Amino acid sequence: MDIKAGSRLACPECSVELVVVRPPSSPVVLTCGGVEVVDAAADRPGGGHSDTSGEGTLVGKRYADEDSGIEVLCAKPGPGALAADGREVPIKGAKPLPSSD
Amino acid sequence: MNLSLLLEMSASTLEDRPAVTSGSRTLSYAQLDAAARRCAAKFLSMGATGVVYCGTNDASFPIAVFGAAYAGLPFIPLNYRLGDEQLQPLVEANRGAVIIAETARVPGADPEKVVLRSTLLDAEFSTKADIELPAFVDPEDVAIVLYTSGTSGTPKAALLRHRHLTAYVIGTVEFAGAEPEQAALVTVPPYHIAGLANLLSNMYSGRRIVYLESFDAQVWLDTIRNERITQAMVVPTMLARVVQLLDGSPADAPSLATLSYGGARMPLPVLEQALELFVGTGFVNAYGLTETSSTIALLGPEDHDAAFAGDPVAKVRLSSVGKVLPGIEVEVRDEDGTLLAVGEPGLVFLRGEQVSGEYESGSVVDAEGWFPTKDRGWIDQDDYLFIEGRADDTIIRGGENIAPAEIEDVLRRHEAIADAAVVGIPDDEWGQQIAAVVVMKPGVSVSVDELHDYCQLHLRSSKTPYRIEFRDELPHTPTGKLLRREVLADLLG
Repeated sequence: MDIKAGSRLACPECSVELVVVRPPSSPVVLTCGGVEVVDAAADRPGGGHSDTSGEGTLVGKRYADEDSGIEVLCAKPGPGALAADGREVPIKGAKPLPSSD
Repeated sequence: MNLSLLLEMSASTLEDRPAVTSGSRTLSYAQLDAAARRCAAKFLSMGATGVVYCGTNDASFPIAVFGAAYAGLPFIPLNYRLGDEQLQPLVEANRGAVIIAETARVPGADPEKVVLRSTLLDAEFSTKADIELPAFVDPEDVAIVLYTSGTSGTPKAALLRHRHLTAYVIGTVEFAGAEPEQAALVTVPPYHIAGLANLLSNMYSGRRIVYLESFDAQVWLDTIRNERITQAMVVPTMLARVVQLLDGSPADAPSLATLSYGGARMPLPVLEQALELFVGTGFVNAYGLTETSSTIALLGPEDHDAAFAGDPVAKVRLSSVGKVLPGIEVEVRDEDGTLLAVGEPGLVFLRGEQVSGEYESGSVVDAEGWFPTKDRGWIDQDDYLFIEGRADDTIIRGGENIAPAEIEDVLRRHEAIADAAVVGIPDDEWGQQIAAVVVMKPGVSVSVDELHDYCQLHLRSSKTPYRIEFRDELPHTPTGKLLRREVLADLLG
């Protein structure tokens, strides 16, 4: 799948939707709950994941994988957790700033 | 990333939370999102190539901004205060655009392209437009075209792409991080980068925006109290009017957690009085440019509090713009491009994902991504950035670079002076000489000789104005930037 900046991706099995902030610099398989994510416009059977014990993927959080360089923003939350080539993708920490506007 | 995603996420997460209040009308996030999508379809059905907004702050403004983004069209806010002969060429330069306006008559516009802004709030508007919105808007597309205030000449069209503005928002704002009761009072004009950045940040954080169509100090204070405003942003002229109205009595605005200011240099006496009158409010100085998608540096509440408490280092830093945001790099260079050391003043260069540095006529960013701000400044040993002013405004007297702002600050501290402008006038012997134009406070008077002596006492003699004149008022842009070329023309004329 061609992952470019601005692309919208979705989990075929749960409600997670993602937007690509930074495309990967090397090919990577991005999964949600172990299932490879698809183009958001593609068919999504929505059967759900068997393991929903974690915190899943949280709306408004940025997830960045250092090895491949991919960074996504979660636009819709869901129980599936993200992984890049099997590696857990951590939340990219944001430093809270005082409100300037 | 596309700007419309910011609203889409808030609408699907926060749904019925109030998003925008203007007059007696409040729209929820879901309502705003629905209105923006309807308008996007309408704009596309009209064959628009862009969306021009010509009007004051109003609930129709966010609908138009996000409507343009959903349609994948550039949003082009124009200064509604411009005279016909200035407005017409800007309207004509955007001929294919639909024009959102307060009245049907817009100079230079094709009447078929004009949409009254009140109709944007009307559910009937565009119900017939059966057009699918684009599924993908390229982050490289132009999201906003902003005409810079042009204090040094004709306005230039700055281009901000979706990726610049979204980098600023997702890099500095926590999604849905605002408490439901938070509300931001907005009086900066919609055609200014601060008004746009403010809209995007507040919508992403889930904070309600309360718009005032125009600024009035009493209405502003009343609105803070009545609407329980928690955040407000002002330009220096507005804060000066509020301080003047309060006349030493406390602001009585307990809900106001943060008051941020920017858009032009804040006179220190105004800031010091405001710090005293707004008890319990955190002050934030935000510095940025149109070309940098607004704020790139912040001086936060702790710095203001320390200065107010008398800390000598913090007092000096009260005239700084604070530290640059994470993700922004800053360099100070001399005229030849040589990197300058800590404390040395020179030209300020910026780099970062939110920095566009691009105009309709082309990009001014260099091969390494650095944008020349054309501001002069310096950085202290703890990374606080001090901005002296526009490089073009620097007075060069006998080879010495003199920042007008330093002299203006000294003049404004004089008890008889309400406002001051300092410019360089051509001089055969010195290259340039320093001239000051001052506005006296009502009911007091001071002579040129007294002011001259006062300046000699507080400034080096090379910085003492050679010529001082009095005027009833000074020319400013609506955001409070001094129009020095008009001051100079007046002196030379």
